[in-house]
Amino acid sequence: MAELRELSVAAAAAGIANGDISRAEYFEAWREAAAGDELGAYLWRSDAAPAGLPIAVKDIFCTKGVPTTAGSRILEGYLPPYTATAVRHLGEAGFQVLGKTNMDEFAMGSSNENSAFGPVRNPWDRERVPGGSSGGSAAAVGGGLAPCAIGTDTGGSIRQPAALCGIVGLKPTYGAVSRYGMIAFASSLDQCGPLTRDVTDAALLLDALQGRDPCDSTSVGIEGGVGLPSREGLEGLRFAVPAELAHDAIEPGVRAVFESTLKKIEGLGGEIAEVSLPHAEHGISAYYVIAPAEASSNLARYDGVRYGMRAEELGDLISMYETTRAEGFGDEVKRRIMLGTYALSSGYYEAYYGRAQKVRTKIAGDYATAFSSFDFVVTPTSPSVAFGLGEKVDDPLSMYMNDFFTVPMSLAGIPAISIPAGLAEPEGGGAQLPVGFQIAGPAFAEQPLLEAAYALEQEIGFDARPGGASGA
Amino acid sequence: MPELEAVIGLEIHVQLATRTKMFCGCELSFGDEPNVHTCPVCLAHPGVLPVPNEEAIRCALKIAAALECDVAPRSIFHRKNYFYPDNPKAYQISQYDIPLASGGRLGEVRIHRAHLEEDAAKMIHLGESGRIHGSGASLVDFNRGGTPLVEIVTEPDLRSAADAATWARLLRTTVRQLDVSDVNMEEGSLRVDANVSVRPAGSEELGTKTELKNMNSFRFLERGIEAELQRQRELIEAGGKVAQETLHFHPEDGTLTPLRSKEEAHDYRYFPEPDLVPLAPTETMLRESRESLPELPEARMRRYEEELKLSAENAAQLAADPDDAAYFEAVSGSAGGVEPQVTANWVTGELAAALRQAGGGRPGDSRVEPEALASLVAMVQEKKISHGSGKQVLATLVAEGGDPAAIVEREGLAQISDSGELEAIVTAAVEANSEAVEQVRSGNEKAIGAIVGAVMRATKGRADGGEVNRLIREKLSE
Repeated sequence: MAELRELSVAAAAAGIANGDISRAEYFEAWREAAAGDELGAYLWRSDAAPAGLPIAVKDIFCTKGVPTTAGSRILEGYLPPYTATAVRHLGEAGFQVLGKTNMDEFAMGSSNENSAFGPVRNPWDRERVPGGSSGGSAAAVGGGLAPCAIGTDTGGSIRQPAALCGIVGLKPTYGAVSRYGMIAFASSLDQCGPLTRDVTDAALLLDALQGRDPCDSTSVGIEGGVGLPSREGLEGLRFAVPAELAHDAIEPGVRAVFESTLKKIEGLGGEIAEVSLPHAEHGISAYYVIAPAEASSNLARYDGVRYGMRAEELGDLISMYETTRAEGFGDEVKRRIMLGTYALSSGYYEAYYGRAQKVRTKIAGDYATAFSSFDFVVTPTSPSVAFGLGEKVDDPLSMYMNDFFTVPMSLAGIPAISIPAGLAEPEGGGAQLPVGFQIAGPAFAEQPLLEAAYALEQEIGFDARPGGASGA
Repeated sequence: MPELEAVIGLEIHVQLATRTKMFCGCELSFGDEPNVHTCPVCLAHPGVLPVPNEEAIRCALKIAAALECDVAPRSIFHRKNYFYPDNPKAYQISQYDIPLASGGRLGEVRIHRAHLEEDAAKMIHLGESGRIHGSGASLVDFNRGGTPLVEIVTEPDLRSAADAATWARLLRTTVRQLDVSDVNMEEGSLRVDANVSVRPAGSEELGTKTELKNMNSFRFLERGIEAELQRQRELIEAGGKVAQETLHFHPEDGTLTPLRSKEEAHDYRYFPEPDLVPLAPTETMLRESRESLPELPEARMRRYEEELKLSAENAAQLAADPDDAAYFEAVSGSAGGVEPQVTANWVTGELAAALRQAGGGRPGDSRVEPEALASLVAMVQEKKISHGSGKQVLATLVAEGGDPAAIVEREGLAQISDSGELEAIVTAAVEANSEAVEQVRSGNEKAIGAIVGAVMRATKGRADGGEVNRLIREKLSE
């Protein structure tokens, strides 16, 4: 059973296709692993007969008849009457939902501590966070509880937890994957993507997920689909390091891994140069206006009238709304709803939302300029390795800074992948933890992005597994 | 104090009669069981997304073309945020700063803008008031939620309540002809709100306006505006000031009461709907919307006046309703050399009166075939029958239909064409009315009526009035 779990998804799929591996045995091997979840990664696990390749699905995707909470009390007991397009596409490609994974409530968070159903623990160190908001998906794959998973990324929610759990996470171009059935946080930023153990599996999943969906007017798909990567070397490719990002508050260990990875790129024939992205540093400010603004509107439907939780104490209509929402939402969600409501208020709209949109356009312009002379922009995925549980919960601003490197790509709508690049000691000491390396490319350049990431992945040869001093 | 002039603008919601809703595939319905035309999208389940209805866009483009609006190359959908159970997403998808259409005109009134949006669900408040305040419970029927609407906003170009109602009728007949809506005020597929203010006559500045809602007939629209104008005038003349507020019209007694501030004090927090891309109609769609336009009431009215030489009143009357217009044109087309104005007189006069007398109904729905009316009018014009007999035949046609010639034959109504026969009757009448003869001879022209009446009685109306008059005068001058 354990050997089956060693196989990459691509290898297992090939094995099943040519009859070397039993589909049922493969699924059961992973069901057994998922049943041993001690990380709080799963919120629900399937007991259905095995019929496909197992995959863990973030609990933000609606699955018909299967509890879907988005990590929120307000959706406790909700059974969606329909299935998200991304999950349906996976089913058509031969995948079967193994379980639904824990997450920050409505995808708002970078540590998975904002789940109404308890935190998720990092498989490398259970006293540390797995990152967020797709923390359950990242911990499941990083901790050997699922062969692969999907998550959603609004400002880094796939890439940052992938980095902190030592796996691959890809945020596709906005519009590559349908958002239909994916519970909205910030509609203009949300995008579904894979969390996998290697780049090849990420490509395999992305090919299944992507596609124009008549139910999502903003979806376009990736023309020609996505093939499994095979590139060797990086000759002829130009990698840009943003001057403004590289000098920010990055943990020394993370910086060391980043710099050694740049050398590996050069070793593979790639060219490295500095680029100026003058507006990227305003990304966090713009993001924390736009995302809460959209969220304040998207989350207004949770009112206790039609589904989900309704407060017991009912007075008039307004008190039903107020009590339901007061009891149903957690603190971070309430904080963002208030921020967003304020930003959209009459009299403040131009100063906040209007201005943030202008910054967003500038950031997209910065990247467009960079891609006129470079193939990719690279950064560390996260300024730090996994931090301790509870360490940042009372300091939202420091929590928001986790997204410093990932937010600009979300605002620009471009694809970015995080691959594990090495291990580093956390600030203040302790066992070595994974560090992610982020590569961003132009819109819909997923294939070249995956090819480059694959070539670099081979060179890095990251084969560390959780299980160190304070690990499992 | 100078006279206070009325300044009125209208905000019209037209419910489109598309097959499905604005942003989902649920069928539109009227009067079905509650909550049977719903889906995850129009119930605002988590994760759903709107997909615009192409047919609704085409309908809106037709309306824009009929109102001579400019269509924006890329119009934007916005979210209008507010909490209410009839609004399951807690935002309505509407258009805000870049509407589908703007800068049009219908009749004498300029169109400010026209845009696409979705209708709210229907709420039923249990309890005496029928409003949410004070009701014991409220029920929501989501069948209507998400129905496509076109909102049309006029410039404040109307100057009286009567003009506002007349113009609203013109708008209704115009939109009805586009085949995009039932435009029925009682059923709510046409809703007209009014922005009303007054100002000293001759002033260019606008006074403070109030918004009038819930006037669900043209009569109520006129009454509501009239009542509000009177209230504002009295208020200002007494030295008071109009407060900007929304007023609810009560059809029971024609009064207006302010909506409670809690219901209207909204900051809608408009922002561009991120789930939708800009609405960019193709050249083909725009061309098709223009080419599909039928002749509209206004153009038809001009044609009736200019080409058919109808009186302005008849032109307006006949052009307003496409069915009446079609009937008139069918009659006119079969009536050979008869002047259109004569045909128009028959349709709007004699036929309308005959239908009224028979209990009402529209010409097109009556038993009177256009060809039958045409041949009847021709017979009268050619003096084959008298005008009086013509009316008699028309009454028969209204009652049982048929061929006027056969009715004339059956009832012996053919005009007396034998001048000898008529002369004899005239002679007898002159002799029998010597008193009237004396009066006419002594200068009282009106007295001739008694002799004419006697001839008509004797001929049972089968004599031509002009001919009778001529013969009587001939006799009297002998």
